[in-house]
Amino acid sequence: MAWTGNILRVDLTNGRIGSEALNREWARDYLGQRGLATKYLVEEIDPKCDPLGLENKLIMATGPLTGTMASTGGRYSVITKSPLTGCVACSNSGGFLGAELKNAGWDMIIFEGRSPHPVYLLIQDDRAELLPADEIWGTSVWHTDEWLHKRHQDPLLRVAAVGRSAEAGCLYAAVINDLHRAAGRSGVGTVMASKHLKAVAVRGTRGVGNIKDPRRFMQAVNAGKKVLADNAVTGQGLPAYGTQVLMNVINEVGALPTRNVREVQFEGASKISGEAMHEPRPSDGKPNLTTNAGCFACTIACGRISTIDKGHFTVETKPEYWGNSGGLEYEAAWALGADTGVSDLDALTYANFVCNEDGFDPISFGSTVAAAMELYEMGVLTQELTGGVEFRFGSAEALARAAELVAKGEGFGRDLGLGSKRFCAKYGHPDLSMTVKGQEFPAYDPRGIQGMGLTYATSNRGACHLRSYTVASEILGIPVKTDPLSPLGKAGLVKAFQDATAAVDSSGLCLFTTFAWTLEDIAPQIDAACEGDWGAGRLAEVGERIWNLERDFNLRAGVSGAEDTLPKRLLTEAAKTGPATGKVSALQEMLPEYYQLRGWSSDGVPIRETRERLGLS
Amino acid sequence: MQRSLNINPAKCTGCLQCELACSYENEALFNPAKSRIRVFTFHQEGRFVPYTCTQCAEAWCMRACPVDAITLNRLTGAKEILEARCVGCKVCTIACPFGTVNYNQTTGKVIKCDLCGGDPACASACPTGAITYVDADQTGYERMRAWAEKTSVGASATA
Repeated sequence: MAWTGNILRVDLTNGRIGSEALNREWARDYLGQRGLATKYLVEEIDPKCDPLGLENKLIMATGPLTGTMASTGGRYSVITKSPLTGCVACSNSGGFLGAELKNAGWDMIIFEGRSPHPVYLLIQDDRAELLPADEIWGTSVWHTDEWLHKRHQDPLLRVAAVGRSAEAGCLYAAVINDLHRAAGRSGVGTVMASKHLKAVAVRGTRGVGNIKDPRRFMQAVNAGKKVLADNAVTGQGLPAYGTQVLMNVINEVGALPTRNVREVQFEGASKISGEAMHEPRPSDGKPNLTTNAGCFACTIACGRISTIDKGHFTVETKPEYWGNSGGLEYEAAWALGADTGVSDLDALTYANFVCNEDGFDPISFGSTVAAAMELYEMGVLTQELTGGVEFRFGSAEALARAAELVAKGEGFGRDLGLGSKRFCAKYGHPDLSMTVKGQEFPAYDPRGIQGMGLTYATSNRGACHLRSYTVASEILGIPVKTDPLSPLGKAGLVKAFQDATAAVDSSGLCLFTTFAWTLEDIAPQIDAACEGDWGAGRLAEVGERIWNLERDFNLRAGVSGAEDTLPKRLLTEAAKTGPATGKVSALQEMLPEYYQLRGWSSDGVPIRETRERLGLS
Repeated sequence: MQRSLNINPAKCTGCLQCELACSYENEALFNPAKSRIRVFTFHQEGRFVPYTCTQCAEAWCMRACPVDAITLNRLTGAKEILEARCVGCKVCTIACPFGTVNYNQTTGKVIKCDLCGGDPACASACPTGAITYVDADQTGYERMRAWAEKTSVGASATA
């Protein structure tokens, strides 16, 4: 059990809302959340459909452990076909919305079609209704959140919404829930806005039960909590510094992509690091970081709650930004900082606030700005094009202005909202786009961490660190230390991480638990909660099935193995400093072995035996 | 010896483990909406504050109850609801100055913290020590200790 067994189906075109029973057979094969919702998507849409057209669907899905007391058990994912990549999109978010949805009695919501006018979905337990959103269309996520709380006079309402960037067609718009948690990548927010769905507001009071063996479940939950508390990363590093604990570490190992990935070390890294967020500012004596914060049921609490110095140029005339909000996480700090060459912590925090306020992905945004800065310095872009902004590397002013323009979908912001691939193609330099399958890669340079090259190249949602985080092994030694500069053995490592991650992403738990937990820690929690026998081996198999299902969708969408590659820069321009000096990505040495381990043909297609073994039709 | 819930908001991360533990202990469901302890988020200030019944010695709720459905547990000091006697009139929810007694529309009775009979689930579940269960006469002990620690060596106090 643990699943509620109920799916909410919302036909936006006709305004019809219905409930239906969860397909239990699929739940046994795909668990929940990422896996199960992808199965629904694959069964229900043509992979070749227009991501922003009527035919695409958008699914918000919880996992079986979402809403329970299992540590970090509050996750949900947004699954759809991505307008940025043309691949399957699956963006995972924490905060409190996922648990609230489960508490209201729903495993997932499937949105279809497009509403003739802007609407939001209000869910109060088993009651769901579409209400007019004309008054909040054209406003930010933060305004929408406030408006909905006032409109329904319910401070306990949990809200997920899209901002103005999504409405304006920014291709990497996010779905933001609880003000600053994001289903961030691949433009899932763009799809939501294309359906004229402004927000989902949820209040659940039914409770999450259906635990198969409650006593054993609580034992497993408590054992899991203890492992997290006793682990140096999840018990100390993440609560104290958040994911930003990595900034100085990754810079040291020479794998911090800098200035649109021209370099692998950033001289300003320490100024934008997790440590720097603790330092009192000279101006007002307060640190950037106010406190750490936990998502629903999370006993790690890596979240950052920050302020910007009131006297900083970005906010001195804007008191609305003087309060606390979601602060910098590592990927955001990298994209907004190292990749653009900006080392002004407050400017980065401001850009991050704006990303949350109007719902767009700071990784894709920062990487696109970095490409624009390179083009500007090459003389390809002029001030006329940028609206009078000097788009130089290191310019905090340009970063802040760019964020504001993308937020509102104005002027040059429309160009930047295309994402790096389309942006660089438009200005005649496609090679300067640091993307795979159209999605910007994040904060680990594959020249200095070889496994991440294969990770980016083969990720089913375009370049991403959260599909197989081999950094854990290559840099942190979790579960075993491997040499970051060597491609040897990385094919197997990437496959194992991909499969395990797909299972974790389908459970309702947070991937960050896997700094301390293996599937052996997770399986007892799922097994005590859910029908059926759930061991670590079965979870890995479910993960492999999900991976192949996603791959199959992409292949049918027309994204072939030829796109399992990296930007030319990573393959031909060697790292100039640090431990990786002289190295390029050895992708070609890893990819054939990876295909073989996956049971795929030499052009990256799952062979019949693999499909049969995994039960894929 | 009676013990009290001792809440230190500075340590709270807003994870709601306490609400989950409370609802599970009392309702056999993970349901923050039915928790006797609530965590408040002050977003602008970046603060999280758990809040629940302080078990007043002179309890307004107990005095207000017209049917004597609220009784003192002499062992724990908790003011407990006798469900069988409660008529759901909600007078106690009005009487409580802190709002920590609340009506439960599912059962038609009121609910409040009863210290789980002397082993509060919220305190056991809290991952950061923001909620502890300590000697009722010594709730200031840790704070005194923290101030004492700041005292410079050799300093003498004159009253």
